[in-house]
Amino acid sequence: MSVSTDLVPPPTARTTPAAGVVPLRRPGRWISAVVVLVMLAAAVRSVITNEAFQWSVVAEYFTAEVVLRGLGLTLWLTVLTLVLGFALGTVLAVLRLSGNPVLVGVAWGYVWIFRSVPMLVQLLFWFNIGALYPTLSFGIPFGPDFVSISSTNLIGPLAAVIIGLTLHEAAYAAEIVRGGVISVEQGQVEAALALGMGRGRILRRIVLPQAMRSIIPAAGNALIGTLKGTSIVSVLAVQDLLFSVQLIYNRNYLIIPLLLVATVWYVVVTSVLSVAQYYVERYYARGAARALPPTPWQRLKGRLR
Amino acid sequence: MSAATVVRISDLHKSYGTTPVLRGVDLEVRQGEVTCVIGPSGSGKSTLLRCVNHLEKINAGEVEVDGELIGYRRHKGRLHELKDRLITKQRASIGMVFQNFNLFPHLTVLENVVEAPIGVRGLSRAAAVALGKELIARVGLAGREESYPRQLSGGQQQRIAIARALAMEPKLMLFDEPTSALDPELVGEVLAVIADLAEAGMTMVVVTHEMAFARQVADTVVFLDEGRVVESGPPAELLSAPRHARTREFLARVL
Repeated sequence: MSVSTDLVPPPTARTTPAAGVVPLRRPGRWISAVVVLVMLAAAVRSVITNEAFQWSVVAEYFTAEVVLRGLGLTLWLTVLTLVLGFALGTVLAVLRLSGNPVLVGVAWGYVWIFRSVPMLVQLLFWFNIGALYPTLSFGIPFGPDFVSISSTNLIGPLAAVIIGLTLHEAAYAAEIVRGGVISVEQGQVEAALALGMGRGRILRRIVLPQAMRSIIPAAGNALIGTLKGTSIVSVLAVQDLLFSVQLIYNRNYLIIPLLLVATVWYVVVTSVLSVAQYYVERYYARGAARALPPTPWQRLKGRLR
Repeated sequence: MSAATVVRISDLHKSYGTTPVLRGVDLEVRQGEVTCVIGPSGSGKSTLLRCVNHLEKINAGEVEVDGELIGYRRHKGRLHELKDRLITKQRASIGMVFQNFNLFPHLTVLENVVEAPIGVRGLSRAAAVALGKELIARVGLAGREESYPRQLSGGQQQRIAIARALAMEPKLMLFDEPTSALDPELVGEVLAVIADLAEAGMTMVVVTHEMAFARQVADTVVFLDEGRVVESGPPAELLSAPRHARTREFLARVL
């Protein structure tokens, strides 16, 4: 830098904040931190040292093959339900917003019915569909049938579970997607219309990407809800994570440690999903703020430097 | 000098519910002409503009752009509403710039500009990007292609919105109060871009409150009040020697 002849030093010369500014001291934060740490330590100690938790049993069964297979089924059901549910839910949301009074009515009726019937009741209905409709036929309405199949053969416990969870999820997903879509400012649609874009393209390229910002947090909630909600399938003897540990403790009566095995797995998967949600939200935040917020990892590195 | 008529509006009526907004508007805009629409708020200026590209449905009358009826077809003496797909096609050749810019916040500046040329006009990505970069440079923002709209000032955003509309190579540009949402010191840069377009021979309808701009750039100024055209004429006449009392009253308030 050349020697400045100006009387006033350039403002960039000052790299530290002006002397004399003392940030407000916050002793309350330190006190509360100590209190919380002490309480946490006490809680952890009691959980570890309490023999009744039987951590050795938990460790023994944590990666047992039956448990892992149950976990696999739980994850598979969660993903399948989420994907199918949100696909159907998006269609329902589009129908609801279509302006066609018949389609609006259909979508509204669907959401009304499937949000009204409890999940468990719905699963039992699907499982017992054979009692309501012994055969499923393909043919002309009010006319002859071409193919007839016994519905008990077609819909076993797993199919009942998949259908029930998906239809239930779709009703909630429809509202989540609809909420996201109507949160996008109307001017966005008008600008796209003025550019000669068609309705479908506007939805895909302009509205949905912006709607994702409010869809993701609610969808993350729904996903985690679904993950744990799948445990309901144990009542139909579908071997998910919960049913697998139930099978084991029905044999050896080690109920608490085996429930802990399932609990810890649910917590682990939920934690992974929460982190994933953070990064997905960050992705869809691009353009919404002037600069993206730093990731926790970047923040940590910044503090340590 | 008699250039072809680009916009022809006759006896246009439009109401929102039971509130009439336009009550029989007639307007003609010829090729290469700049028409500035002025008038008090609530006079129907924006609605008039939005009827030209059928963002609003009309109740009666006709709107023609380049000899083509907009939003409707005539059949046995009656107007029938067109299908969405045909209206979409008509809009593609009419550019529009909004008061609040309405850039797509999730897309970069360049993506904003190339979205419709690729998706609607069917340009290849390479051709659209080349066109987009040229237009971004034309509005004086070369180098900001990868920015997001929120990282730009209002004036810069509005200039990108103009580039985005131009990328469709429209035969007509509509401006709906393009500088009303801007800080005073940013108004000039946007008006300069619009004046450049006028110089280049673009046919434009500009709803504006900037009287100095209207005086300088417009071929015709139209004064709209309570949904009717009170008077229209060259800016030197209408702005300096208005014939109607209501025009005089309005100008006395804004000048």
